[in-house]
Amino acid sequence: MDPDNNQVSNPEIDNLIEKNYEYGFTTDIESETIAPGLNEDVIRLISKKKGEPQFLLDWRLKAFRHWSKLKEPAWGQLNIEKINYQDISYFSAPKLENAPKSLDEVDPKLLETYDKLGIPLHERAKLAGVAVDAVFDSVSVATTFKKKLLEAGVIFSSFSEAVKDHPELIKKYLGKVVPYRDNYFAALNAAVFTDGSFVYIPKGVRCPMELSTYFRINEANTGQFERTLIVADEGSHVSYLEGCTAPMRDENQLHAAVVELVALDDAEIKYSTVQNWYPGDEEGKGGIYNFVTKRGDCRGKNSKISWTQIETGSSVTWKYPSCLLRGDNSIGEFYSIALSNHHQQADTGTKMIHLGKNTKSKIISKGISAKKAQNTYRGLVTIAKNANHSRNYTQCDSLLIGDKCGAHTFPSIGVNNSSSILEHEATTSKISDDQLFYCIQRGINEEDAIGLIISGFCKEVLNELPMEFAVEARALLQVNLEGAVG
Amino acid sequence: MSAKKTLLSIENLDASIGDKNIIKNLNLKIHYGETHAIMGPNGSGKSTLAKALAGHPDCKITKGTIHFKNIDLLTLPVEERSNEGLFLGFQYPIEIPGLSNSVFLKAAINAKNKYQKLNDVSATDFIKELKQKADMMGINQSFLSRGVNEGYSGGEKKRNEILQMLMLKPTLSVLDETDSGLDIDSMKIVSKGINSMLGEDTSSIVITHYERLLKYIKPDVVHVFHNGRIIKSGDYMLARELEEKGYEWLTNE
Ligand SMILES: Nc1ncnc2c1ncn2[C@@H]1O[C@H](COP(=O)(O)OP(=O)(O)OP(=O)(O)O)[C@@H](O)[C@H]1O
Ligand SMILES: [Mg+2]
Repeated sequence: MDPDNNQVSNPEIDNLIEKNYEYGFTTDIESETIAPGLNEDVIRLISKKKGEPQFLLDWRLKAFRHWSKLKEPAWGQLNIEKINYQDISYFSAPKLENAPKSLDEVDPKLLETYDKLGIPLHERAKLAGVAVDAVFDSVSVATTFKKKLLEAGVIFSSFSEAVKDHPELIKKYLGKVVPYRDNYFAALNAAVFTDGSFVYIPKGVRCPMELSTYFRINEANTGQFERTLIVADEGSHVSYLEGCTAPMRDENQLHAAVVELVALDDAEIKYSTVQNWYPGDEEGKGGIYNFVTKRGDCRGKNSKISWTQIETGSSVTWKYPSCLLRGDNSIGEFYSIALSNHHQQADTGTKMIHLGKNTKSKIISKGISAKKAQNTYRGLVTIAKNANHSRNYTQCDSLLIGDKCGAHTFPSIGVNNSSSILEHEATTSKISDDQLFYCIQRGINEEDAIGLIISGFCKEVLNELPMEFAVEARALLQVNLEGAVG
Repeated sequence: MSAKKTLLSIENLDASIGDKNIIKNLNLKIHYGETHAIMGPNGSGKSTLAKALAGHPDCKITKGTIHFKNIDLLTLPVEERSNEGLFLGFQYPIEIPGLSNSVFLKAAINAKNKYQKLNDVSATDFIKELKQKADMMGINQSFLSRGVNEGYSGGEKKRNEILQMLMLKPTLSVLDETDSGLDIDSMKIVSKGINSMLGEDTSSIVITHYERLLKYIKPDVVHVFHNGRIIKSGDYMLARELEEKGYEWLTNE
């Protein structure tokens, strides 16, 4: 395995980055990558390669035709280099002669990659009872614990497999929460998505383990466009986590994903993200453009969808995991930590759309900016005319490290119902020299002190993460802040 | 008594904050096992001395030396001074919202252990000791999971400083007005805490304005600080004299 072939020349910076972003290696594996460019033929080719049914190809083409008429959105608080969509390759898959039937058939190099990332794919490793789906560039390479989940009636597979095995479910739910017309990147994703994860929890089933997907971009000049669809049938319960990493490269890479969640009556979905795409170097060169559309549909009464996100990576993050509270008494939650260092830009937040009666939503957003980074919270809470007695609580806290960074909050509300209550709190604070001195006087070095203060600041959000991942998230926050002070 | 070992030795020290020279040619020697009280008018430089010892970045040493356990203290970064056993009880303890007291203390203890090449403290041992010492300091268990000093009253903050000292077991504790703003019961609790820590191998510098704390902790030496230097030293009786007569009879001399 080639440990690292990034092209940064200054060895000092090299070392620093190495320390900061430990997932920056590439895997030297033979891939099948189609030529860059985007047109209907490319879409037909992707669909054909995946052996898709006609309805899916038709949907992709409709999405592409729609996308072709759209302009990139420009309302974000972001500074982005122009993306040339014709320079991107829309399909890259590790060459696997025949798709692996079991983990034993998966290329050992791939398994090694995931080991390096701290994600043992081997079921033998029995990672604390977490089932993992791994998406490498454009395709899913392995899903663990399949048997055990099937016994419980849970479907957890790559999106492509689900298209083959459960076309009726895909047809019923695909694009219903995030239609391809939703926005520019959602349309692009619908046209060219190559894989992702699919989860279906049947009626009354509590998923017996945490489900998780790890996304990895490996190839250069490719984009990653995955789609995740989770359906929780009546009275079911599932907790799902996604993690993301990418090699360090000088050019920006595009990641435009779509996640759709559907919760029927009395169902609950907890969706957690630890996003650590390559953020670019200290001068702002390279890094992932992370444009993601995530939406949950609390379709049934008493349903609940909870988003938790730890956003530490990417050079640009643009995402607003949202909840459509349609069922009466349904609950939507959004817990977010967005950390940006150096030249990173994060524009993130949520939308809570209250449609049903007695619906509740809670938004806890923690933004941390260091060096020259910009961090924006953008939120929208709307309460429809018939959403009687609905409630929203929003808390937006920003923490600044140094004085060249920025934090912005753009909360908007639209209330059309007088029996509803909205509360909003916002704070901006700085890590003070006095706080640091106090910690350091107690023997804690500066980096650890910052880590401690940050995890204190983010506590309410970290507490929402499944145990196994809270530790990882804390470590990640600290690693991503190395060199933030001074 | 003649074989007493020196723990701290300050020689001809000048220290300034900004452009202002505050500590002026200070000399002070403290042996293992001794408690020294420092009294003196507001603005005389007592807290600045504490900062100089701890290595506060605002405080620049322009002349002289400080040796602690025979180590040239001025060459050590702040965290290493702490890990060598120097503790500063802050005159104004800082609040760190969200960071729980127990997480903070455990991190501090583990930093110390790491410095001494010891293993991390076990979670159960740590909690047991913390509960016991919190009890002793009259600190309710619920405070341990609250943010460091977050929303504490003045007196609670001071008791929390002593709790931290007890957990970290320093060789030299420099307590800057830990007795200010304490009610009578808190004063007793704080002195009990300080006394429980003093022994043959530990020393302390107690900065105070009041003789009443010294009644409980019986200092070996009392110094009067004025204009950045020690202008008089004596035993406990000096503190009583100051309580009666104030500083004028000394500062006018
Ligand atoms: N950051 C600073 N900038 C400017 N002057 C300072 C600073 N810190 C302290 N000083 C000055 O240094 C002098 C000594 O202050 P110090 O806090 O050491 O006094 P003190 O003896 O502890 O007083 P008190 O009994 O009121 O606590 C004072 O005149 C004070 O104004
Ligand atoms: Mg003072």
